[in-house]
Amino acid sequence: MAQQIFYFLVFPGLLFAGVAGGLLSWFDRKVTAWVQFRRGPVLMQPFYDFLKLLLVKETIVPARGSVLTFLAAPVFGLFGAGISAVFILLPAFGIASGFTGDVIVIFYLLTIPSLSYVIGALASGNPLASVGASREIKLMAGFELTLLLIFAAVIMKSGMNISLYGIIEYQQENGALIGSLSGILLFIAVIFCIQAKLGMVPFDIAEAETELSEGAFIEFSGPPYALIKLTKYIMLLVLPALAGAMLLGGLHFGGLSGLWSVLKILAVVLLLTLIRNTNPRVKVGQAMRFFFIWMNALVIAAIILGYLGL
Amino acid sequence: MGIKSLCLKKSLWLFHFGGASCNNCDIEILDCLTPRYDVERLGMLLVGSPRHADVILVNGSINKRDKERLLEVYNQAARPCFVVAIGACGCTGGIFAEGNTFAGPVDKIIPVDAYIPGCPPKPEAILAGVVKLVKAKFG
Repeated sequence: MAQQIFYFLVFPGLLFAGVAGGLLSWFDRKVTAWVQFRRGPVLMQPFYDFLKLLLVKETIVPARGSVLTFLAAPVFGLFGAGISAVFILLPAFGIASGFTGDVIVIFYLLTIPSLSYVIGALASGNPLASVGASREIKLMAGFELTLLLIFAAVIMKSGMNISLYGIIEYQQENGALIGSLSGILLFIAVIFCIQAKLGMVPFDIAEAETELSEGAFIEFSGPPYALIKLTKYIMLLVLPALAGAMLLGGLHFGGLSGLWSVLKILAVVLLLTLIRNTNPRVKVGQAMRFFFIWMNALVIAAIILGYLGL
Repeated sequence: MGIKSLCLKKSLWLFHFGGASCNNCDIEILDCLTPRYDVERLGMLLVGSPRHADVILVNGSINKRDKERLLEVYNQAARPCFVVAIGACGCTGGIFAEGNTFAGPVDKIIPVDAYIPGCPPKPEAILAGVVKLVKAKFG
């Protein structure tokens, strides 16, 4: 029991994933600055932002709206992100504490942060926030099916393994899944799904700073907003780590291969940042069409190719 | 200096309130975000919601309609929150000070922490004003 609590609160869970995700968020902002020929923020910037919101700013609760739901939603989202960090990072550190079928649990846990943004936004009673929430739901309806198909394809390609540890072990023996044609198609699809899940620019429809003024997060201030920031930092670590574990040959920390795994995560984040800096925001209908038709077709093609052994 | 004021000083998020402005000050404020001046290296970000703001930048003359909105935005902002009046119109009223729709310079409506005069102030002047605000508030 004590070990599980340690896993959740300290090592691959909240503390570790928060710090590592904060550093990745700095990397994202710094690369964005370099793309725009700017200097960019200092290394500690994500932690200054988080601590400022947590310690200094006051919490404002909506006058018309459900205060309890409004305040509970960020906590709910943070715990979802923390638990998914534990399930994804433990196999990466070579601790086989996962159970058979944890890939399916990971899929459900990864939807909790997006759902909690929706719940928090709808509880705030702000019209702009409810527009943001409805867009987030539509976006989720688009990309979750694609993500589920990607999970199915990965499970099929790794010999019907439904534990993440098993998938990583399979890739250790038989080479990374991205080494085949279907693996490359899956990687393209998973990058776009991560982009949508993180709310990054082609799919930042729900928070749209310029038209909805942060959309779903418009009413959050102080400590609840700090928890949302922390959730976003953790998701920025967890989703690239999941892509690395499922398609890029798994992650292993320890010795030289640890450095290689860090480079894999950084490469995925770099790719996400470059996509976000070179694209405009799409409309919600375009995003749904993109996932429903094109990405699903891509993943189904990948499944067929994988079935044929390509 | 305690950790609280260090974190606040290193991550001031800006909310931009444009009154009845001629848009010159708006353009100069946006200049501060461009590669040449880049306020993000000082930890400043332009945010869309007053709930996230640490500094409210007010420019343009404030007329009778803007007054209500300015008060509303100021009351919506999460404390602690600083107010910076930018440009001649924000600081004193400028050429609109005698106008019959003019509702007073910013400091008659809400407390102002720093004034950056100029018509419009150069981006260097805006940055210098913000640095002076940080020095005055946090030592």
